[in-house]
Formats: sequence, C-alpha cells, structure tokens
Amino acid sequence: MSILIFTETENGKFKKSAFELASYGRAIADPLGVELMAVCFNIQDTSPLESYGVDRLIQISDPSLENFTAHQYAANMAEIAQTHDAKLVILSSSANAKYLAPLLAVSLSAGYASNVVGLPESIEPLRVKRSCFTNKAFNLSTLDNKVNIIGLSNNSYPVSENPKEMVVEQKKAILSETSFKVEKVEKASGQVSIADADIVVSGGRGLKGPENWHLIEDLASTLGAATACSKPVSDMGWRPHSEHVGQTGKPVASNLYIAIGVSGAIQHLAGINSSKVKVVINNDPEAPFFKAADYGVVGDAFEVVPELIKKLKAFKYNE
Amino acid sequence: MKILVCVSHVPDTTSKINFVDDDTAFDKNGVQFIINPNDEFGLTRAIWFQQKQGAEVTVITVGDPSCEPTLRKCLAIGADRAFRIDLSPTDGFQVAQQLSAHCKDENYDLIIAGRESIDYNGAMVPGMLSALLGYSFLTNCMALEIEGRSVKASREIDGGIESVSCDLPLVVGAQKGLVEEKDLIIPNMRGIMQARQKSLTVVPAVDSSIQSSISKFEKPAPKGAVKMVDANQIDQLIDLLHNEAKVI
Ligand SMILES: Cc1cc2nc3c(=O)[nH]c(=O)nc-3n(C[C@H](O)[C@H](O)[C@H](O)COP(=O)(O)OP(=O)(O)OC[C@H]3O[C@@H](n4cnc5c(N)ncnc54)[C@H](O)[C@@H]3O)c2cc1C
Repeated sequence: MSILIFTETENGKFKKSAFELASYGRAIADPLGVELMAVCFNIQDTSPLESYGVDRLIQISDPSLENFTAHQYAANMAEIAQTHDAKLVILSSSANAKYLAPLLAVSLSAGYASNVVGLPESIEPLRVKRSCFTNKAFNLSTLDNKVNIIGLSNNSYPVSENPKEMVVEQKKAILSETSFKVEKVEKASGQVSIADADIVVSGGRGLKGPENWHLIEDLASTLGAATACSKPVSDMGWRPHSEHVGQTGKPVASNLYIAIGVSGAIQHLAGINSSKVKVVINNDPEAPFFKAADYGVVGDAFEVVPELIKKLKAFKYNE
Repeated sequence: MKILVCVSHVPDTTSKINFVDDDTAFDKNGVQFIINPNDEFGLTRAIWFQQKQGAEVTVITVGDPSCEPTLRKCLAIGADRAFRIDLSPTDGFQVAQQLSAHCKDENYDLIIAGRESIDYNGAMVPGMLSALLGYSFLTNCMALEIEGRSVKASREIDGGIESVSCDLPLVVGAQKGLVEEKDLIIPNMRGIMQARQKSLTVVPAVDSSIQSSISKFEKPAPKGAVKMVDANQIDQLIDLLHNEAKVI
C-alpha cells in the first residue's frame, strides 16, 4: 500500500505545490507507516523534492508528454497507482490537476474529493473537509472507496521540510492513440499567475480606466505579486479575462490580497475570501469590503497607492 | 451536429448560504435558483452552433422537479428540447453516471457542461462523463470552433492559454470567454411562449453508485475586526504587514 502524489512543474522545475503535496502526503503517510510516492513528468533535477519526505519518485521522461495532456497523464498516473497499490492519490488544485483528477478517478474507480482543506479526519473511510459554495462554506465529506483522490486546495497546507532518502525510478511512458493534440501554449513570461502567487494585487472600477493600471502593475511588481481585477473591469475590457477573480472568475487563495477600488460585492468576496490576509484601499468608508478586510485604508487610490509603492521600495531597500 | 448542454440549477450568487437540519442540508428558504453561470456560457455557445451551423441543442439536468424552471429558461433561450433525469444526486460521480446512461442512447457529437458549479464547485462532472463515454475532453474552454468532425479549441491554463485540436466526439467544460457576458441571451416573450410548446421529458434514473457523501456543513469562523490605517501613515500599514501579519 502507498500514497501517491502528482508533482507539477513549470519550466522544468517543481512548482511550490509539489512541496506542499509532499509535506501533506508525508503527514498522512507517517501515522499509517506507508510509503509516500511521487510522479513527475519531464524534469531533469529531481533533488529539490528530497527535502520534503518523498520515499520514491517515479520519473517519466518522454518528449511527447512535453505539454500537459490530461488523458495521457491520467493514464500514466493510473498505471503507477495500480502497480504500487496506492490507496490515496493526492493532487493540487491547479487548472491542470483539476483537469486530470476526474479522468483519473474514473480509470481507477476512485472517489474524488476536490477543494480539500487540511489533513483528513480519518483515512478509512476517508473523511475530509472541503470548501463549497465558492468558499462561503465548508462541508465534511466521507468517501468509502478502495482508492480515493484528494484535490488539495492551493495554499492550504504549509510546506515543511523532512529530508528522506528518495529512491528515483525511471519509468517508460505509456502513450495512447488519440486525435487530441496541444498545438500551442502561450504564457505571459516573467509574470506570476494568480494561482501560484503568494501576493495578489487587485483593481476594481474605482481605478476609473485601463490607463491607470500602471498603479496596480507597479505595486504588484514591487511586491512580486500577480495582478487581478473585479468582474466589471474585465467585462469592460480594461483587463484580460484571465485576471477576473471572484465567484464567476478565478478563486484566489494567496497569503496577501490587496484590493484597490473594489467595493467588495458578495460575488467578489466569495472568490477571494480564502486568502489569508486582506488589505482594502477604498475612498468610501462605507464600502462593504472593509467588513471582510484585515487591514483597511480609507483614501483615494491615486494618492495612497503611489505613496505605498514609494514606502515599500524604501522598506525593501532597507531590508 | 447533436449537442447536449448539461445544466445545473444553483443558488443565485447573492444568496445567503445557511444550513438546516443540524447543519446537514442547505437552507433553500428564500433562495433564488439560476442556471449555473458556467453552464450558461456553454449554452449560449451551443445556441450559436444551432443558429450558424444548424446544430440541434438538447439541455439536460439531473435533479428533482424544482429544477424545471431552469430547464424552461434554457428552452426559452433557444434549446430545442430538454430532459430531466429524476434524481436528487448525492455526488458528481452519480450525476456523471446518469448523464452517461442518457448519452449512450443519443450519440451526441458535442457535450458541453460548466467547468464547475458554483454550489459544490466539484469540477467533476464533465471530466468523469468524458471518461465514462470515452470522448475527448477539454475543460476551462475559452474558444471552440468545429468544422465537420474537427475541433479547434483553447483552454485557459494558470497564467496563459493553450490551443488544442481534436476530433469529435468531445466533452467541454465551459467558462466565461467561450462567449462574453454581453453575449448571454436574455429570453424574450416569443422565446418564453415557444418554450412552453417544446418537449421537456422526465426520465427515471438508472442504477448508479455513490462515491462520496456530505455529513455536515459549516461556515467559516467569523473574522476579527478590520484594523484601519490612516492614509497619511502608510508606513504603519507596511509595519503591520511585515511584523504582525508576516506576509511581506
Ligand atoms: C451572477 C453574477 C456573478 C458575479 N461574479 C463576480 C465575480 O466573480 N467577481 C466580481 O468581482 N464581481 C462579480 N459580480 C459583480 C459584482 O456584483 C460587482 O458588481 C462587482 O464586483 C463590482 O466591481 P467593482 O468593485 O470593481 O466596482 P464597484 O462596485 O463600482 O466599486 C468600485 C469601488 O471603487 C471605489 N472607488 C471609487 N473611486 C475610488 C478612488 N479614487 N480610490 C479608491 N477607491 C475608489 C468605490 O468606493 C467603490 O467601492 C457578479 C455579479 C453577478 C450578478
């Protein structure tokens, strides 16, 4: 019996979620006394994973799996899970992981719990807490199946170091015939994505127009943050859809979320309220967002934000 | 081209989320239900295929009779016919099994579902359905063009966009971008009248299994009060974020 995690990579390196999943998997494997296994695709340097408690890493390298393809990855994961009698498979909540998990669940006849927060309350049967109603609530789910899959919410489990002797095993990819082909992947280079960001800086209609977005971008680059926006801002074409956060956009679960000129409508809050610390800058002291914030500044964004950027630069310089 | 759009009947986005029966059930009292927003983007795209490429559009939901107004609304928006599979589902896998049983008899070319629902946010049904049927699958779909049997589509990925090609049959997980908010079709009087004449068939559920069940709901712990910082003392904000919250 074993526990299996799917580690994701970006530009040939492990993503932070790989270390989160390893830390999480280790915490489950230890009391059960079972092996923690990981699968990775097309990565050269596997050593960073050694620090997080993985016992065995299955490394698949194949140029035709260069681009993530959910069904091919799922087929490889399924085979490994079966060969190694994995009772629990753990994935992140990235776009790719959420794409892959339901396919893997069907091929393993496994139960799948997405949006899991925190460690399971029990393993047999599996009892987990999951967010639902777009983070407005949680539920306690019970999964009583031979194999179960956990989709761990982003940024919901802290990374903890736990160096282990990690066995690395090469495995040949299984490739199935398919008409499905990834033609092109376009990524904004050098930008942090909302899903992976520790800090997100978000702008609303209060910024008046796209020409003022340099304020958001400057603040974000000072903090190494991703940029986001409210729904009307993307609907009006001020910013791309990919930045729309909230109930009908992307969820945000960052450590720090800074909202500037965003009123804090219920649909906006629903998507961002699993962020740990929320800062609100708004010129209306009655803006509903202040009720959901940890820190608030009542003021004009066009004065407060440049000041904040200036002070942050000085702070970083002195660090 | 035969298209199936799977719709979910969900609480309106402004709903107060509360629970009853010792926190074991969602409190529907006073809650308005709507078409799940991701499904509505998908439905609109399907109607365009109907208008421009002569596709036939069927809508389906797995749910109890209270879901029927949502199906009627889909018919008023322009779907040709509707099915309701008569079951209050327990989990996403159960929904996928019910849909797959219906699809096996119908041989749809294209199945569109929302990438996730806004109530349970499971993001399970479209992928599981594709796997049960052996169809190709693309989720977070931002663009979809079909000529004959060949599909060109794109998917939103973390930090970018990916273009793909494949052949029908295909299951798609829809989201905003597939059509824009302004493209959503508001039913007019004529559509509403016509919808009354269109067929809405109730079909009994098939045997299916359950993989997960919910025993309890809870709400997030109440938040502490907000700390206000004077706009003229931004240093204090940086100090709080660094020393107290420890996030910068
Ligand atoms: C079905 C549905 C789904 C939705 N989903 C989402 C979603 O996913 N995400 C989302 O964001 N919204 C969503 N909405 C929309 C939501 O209801 C709000 O309309 C939206 O969030 C408001 O955006 P905003 O805060 O940018 O704009 P506004 O509500 O117009 O707020 C602008 C704010 O800026 C402040 N402001 C103005 N000038 C300044 C200044 N100079 N300095 C500082 N502050 C200033 C104002 O005080 C105000 O609070 C949804 C709505 C519906 C009906």
